[in-house]
Amino acid sequence: MALLSKKDAGLLTDPLTDNNPITVQVLGICSALAITAELKASIVMALSVMAVLALGNVAISLLRNIIPSKIRIIVQLVVVAALVIIVDLILKAFSYELSKTLSVFVGLIITNCIIMGRFEAFALGNGPWKSFLDGIGNAAGYGLILVIVGFFRELLGSGTLLGFKVLGDPIEKTGLYAIGYENNGFMLLSPMALIVLGIIIWIQRSRNKVLIEEN
Amino acid sequence: MEHIELFFKSIFIDNMVFATFLGMCSYLAVSKKIATAVGLGAAVIFVLAVTVPLNWLLDQYILKEGALGWLGPEYAVYDLSFLSFIMFIATIATMVQLVEIIVEKFSPSLYNSLGIFLPLIAVNCAILGGSLFMQSREIPTLGLALTYGVGSGIGWFLAILAIAAIREKIRYSSVPPALRGLGITFIITGLMAIGFMSFGGMLTGGDEKPKELPKVEAKIEKKIIKNSETKEVVAKNTTLNE
Repeated sequence: MALLSKKDAGLLTDPLTDNNPITVQVLGICSALAITAELKASIVMALSVMAVLALGNVAISLLRNIIPSKIRIIVQLVVVAALVIIVDLILKAFSYELSKTLSVFVGLIITNCIIMGRFEAFALGNGPWKSFLDGIGNAAGYGLILVIVGFFRELLGSGTLLGFKVLGDPIEKTGLYAIGYENNGFMLLSPMALIVLGIIIWIQRSRNKVLIEEN
Repeated sequence: MEHIELFFKSIFIDNMVFATFLGMCSYLAVSKKIATAVGLGAAVIFVLAVTVPLNWLLDQYILKEGALGWLGPEYAVYDLSFLSFIMFIATIATMVQLVEIIVEKFSPSLYNSLGIFLPLIAVNCAILGGSLFMQSREIPTLGLALTYGVGSGIGWFLAILAIAAIREKIRYSSVPPALRGLGITFIITGLMAIGFMSFGGMLTGGDEKPKELPKVEAKIEKKIIKNSETKEVVAKNTTLNE
């Protein structure tokens, strides 16, 4: 017996590829770019968004019949802000260094378009369990892109992954550096995040022609 | 002088879009035509100019550690800064609503051009980002907060205007099919961001790096000299001991 029905599984897996929040729905780009210079920061950011989106989706979905539609944006903002404050405090308590690196971008999860977009598009019209799955799925799709961008930027920019020197030591000239390899420091600067993301979109759309836009 | 420096810094060096990627969602969604881009850009300048000083006041007199001191010495121990996200976003949402009502009442023509964008702005990261950066950079006075708000608004306006103009032109060129739309916009924004990085040396006069390099070399030389000296001393000592 499958744990999830086919439709529910679709809610989880669709956002990973064909309905990815970043590359297809164009939501939540702001934070995706600024913090991806290191893989670790990307992973933490993805997990924070997942917690906020899944719990927020459930909360909004439970409240969906009570909220008057005129003030729903304010209600949504309050729910997200409360969740983000919790995440921020947890980060500050357990990994202070990392919360310094992420600085204001944890706070900016509040205005991350993915959150508001999924609330409006899904949680306001569906039950809590489905909304929970939708939240996890979309946050995973977002996290996937973050991790890919973070992986390439950290690997090519500083030659490390999660802080481990996978390409050898640049000072002692071991590994790849022994044959004259150099780190591309440009990958750590912010413009390269945009270009890496552009290339990811390019690859995805050449594989899946349906997504190609009109000029 | 401080004001001019902060003003240009927030427009060019710390540009909202190119340096910190704030407000990317609406930047990508509303940049297909110049006219709408101008409307949204103007609304962003306006809202940033109102909300950043307002949130500065909130931060200084309510949220900061010891900020409640003006109520009496017994209140000075409170630190409410963990509430800043929720207070800032509430201020922004209320101000956007208020601005919308006022503009609708007093200038219907402006409302017609800005109106549809105003509700969008409440969830634009550039607005909340402006307030959060204002807090984390510890901007000292209300006047500077206003300058920072207006400056970063203009920076955002400049960015969306530029990309809208480029996207209108790019319609006539043959972009590879898979890159059309979103992909090419990302890459162009990346190239523009590289261009904006060259403003980085504007306020420092660009003379920071050349100064640093000789220092490092000098240090290394000194170290080498010290090493050789210590060796000599060691050598002398050993000879003396013998």
